[in-house]
Amino acid sequence: MAAPLIALSGIERVFHLGDSEVHALRRLDLQIDAGEYVAVMGPSGSGKSTLLNLLGLLDRPNAGSYRLEGRDVTTLSAEEQARVRSERIGFVFQSFHLVPRLTAAENVALPMTLAGIAPAERAARVAQAMQDYGLADRANHRPDELSGGQRQRVAIARATIMRPAVILADEPTGNLDRATGDEVVRLLEGLNAQGVTLIVVTHDAALGGRARRRLMMEDGALKHDSAT
Amino acid sequence: MRAPDLLRFARDAATGNPLRTVLLVLAMAIGVAAVVVLTALGDGARRYVIDEFSSIGSNLVIVLPGRSQTGGFNPGNAITNTPRDLTVDDAEALLRAPAVKNVSPIAVGTSEISVGGRLREVMVAGTTAEYTQVRKLDMAQGRFLAAGDWRRGASEAVIGATVRNEMFGSEPALGRLVRVGDRRLRIVGVLAASGQGLGMNTDEIVFVPVALAQQMFNSNTLFRVLVEAKSREAIEPAKAQVTEIVKVRHDGEEDVTVITQDAVLATFDRLLGALTLGVAGIAAISLAVAGILVMNVMLVSVTQRTAEIGLLKALGATGGTIRAAFLTEAGMLSLAGALFGYALGHAGAALIRHLYPAFPAWPPAWAVIAGLGTALVTGLVFGVLPARRAARLDPVQALSKR
Repeated sequence: MAAPLIALSGIERVFHLGDSEVHALRRLDLQIDAGEYVAVMGPSGSGKSTLLNLLGLLDRPNAGSYRLEGRDVTTLSAEEQARVRSERIGFVFQSFHLVPRLTAAENVALPMTLAGIAPAERAARVAQAMQDYGLADRANHRPDELSGGQRQRVAIARATIMRPAVILADEPTGNLDRATGDEVVRLLEGLNAQGVTLIVVTHDAALGGRARRRLMMEDGALKHDSAT
Repeated sequence: MRAPDLLRFARDAATGNPLRTVLLVLAMAIGVAAVVVLTALGDGARRYVIDEFSSIGSNLVIVLPGRSQTGGFNPGNAITNTPRDLTVDDAEALLRAPAVKNVSPIAVGTSEISVGGRLREVMVAGTTAEYTQVRKLDMAQGRFLAAGDWRRGASEAVIGATVRNEMFGSEPALGRLVRVGDRRLRIVGVLAASGQGLGMNTDEIVFVPVALAQQMFNSNTLFRVLVEAKSREAIEPAKAQVTEIVKVRHDGEEDVTVITQDAVLATFDRLLGALTLGVAGIAAISLAVAGILVMNVMLVSVTQRTAEIGLLKALGATGGTIRAAFLTEAGMLSLAGALFGYALGHAGAALIRHLYPAFPAWPPAWAVIAGLGTALVTGLVFGVLPARRAARLDPVQALSKR
């Protein structure tokens, strides 16, 4: 059997707030296979955002190991982690996090620009993505000229432009009304159907319920995993 | 990140906040412009003075009556401290010095010149035929004062170009009789216009034989004795010999000051060079202030763009890329400011030259290079700290900022 896409074992993450220690994650073991659709749910402070940051290599655990596609990524240098983020991971945020001075097309192209991909290839891939996400006529608009749903579509186009193995979405519908949120979720699920691993962190039980696998977290530990 | 992308990213970041960028560029520009204009003024003053002094002649040794500095106790001082007159005889004696080629005594005073009902106040300089050789002056018309016994002077005068124009206009001046003070003198020559020199404008002077001038002003002493050394190398020996001769003639008391043109030139050169450096230093302070402003603005920019930096990290930007982006932005702003300031400074110097054509207000090359270099270096140096801060931001915390 092939190695799982994501394998966490014995992950600990401790924050120091003044004198007290907060265990955001306690001895967490988790495996996620390629192509899965996972929802991470739980109350505030249960550690789900910390888990997402660890999975996205934005944060390092205090103990334990994280293997991404069979490779131990916790021991990589900051530069190497940045490279892994660039090539294998796409982020979708609740507040979109578009760069306000760049146009929609430039925002979508940003990961390729940072990775140093040639302008001609960038232009071709951005044009294709804008087409795919129904943004072709909004390519030269700035984020403040776009609706919430369009902004999140730009963000998703940006997250997928480098063809990552996994998309990490943190409350992707949190700032959207229900109709627009549904549209965005369908978009993400469509990507999952094409084989991209989708991990969604949410408070929203309805959104979480759509995932094939649901993880319930509480006090930094997995309370329930629908796959077991 | 590719270099063109980096440049475009930094440019967009800079133009994303136009007011901030304009103010920063302006601050940097004022600093560089200050360096350019102030050094142009300082160096212009230096060149102006040097030119003035160079125009009075070459290989000059100048003898002034009186000591400019005390030389310790001398029995003579106990009886009298009045310097002895520097006389025509003293000047004549200087011709005996082997290193001396020419000697020209000068006695000056002011008087009135009148001809045909026109009257003008003029400076009258009593001198000898050698004056034109020592001062390298050209005649426009006629001849200079006649050579001959320095103690006897013919009733003749040579006038400068300005005096000629004002007294005679378009009429011929040569051969005319004029009244200078209580004397009637015949004009035997007109000097070619020469402009400034040694603080007196020869264009506005009436030259008469030195003996005549001393009688007119009822004085025995000379204003200066100009001595021309035989060569550039002979200047120092001439100075020593001249000093010695006068000392012997004045009962062993060294009561004259002997200066050389080179020494005067070198002194002014040093003095005004230091002045230029000084004003350049003052201007450099404004550059340093601009540099601190760059740092402050970039630090604010890092704080304002925290979320963006977090995002860039999430999208795969390395710390190095973010550092390069911020440094490029700081460098770009400094460069724009430096170039703008350079243009501004040259415009300012050109304006000064336009208003005062005699004043060579050209900024020296070293100052321009130093100004531009300092602007760029301060911009980059003060940009390092903000860039490092940006690169070190924790992406999780940065992203959580809205």
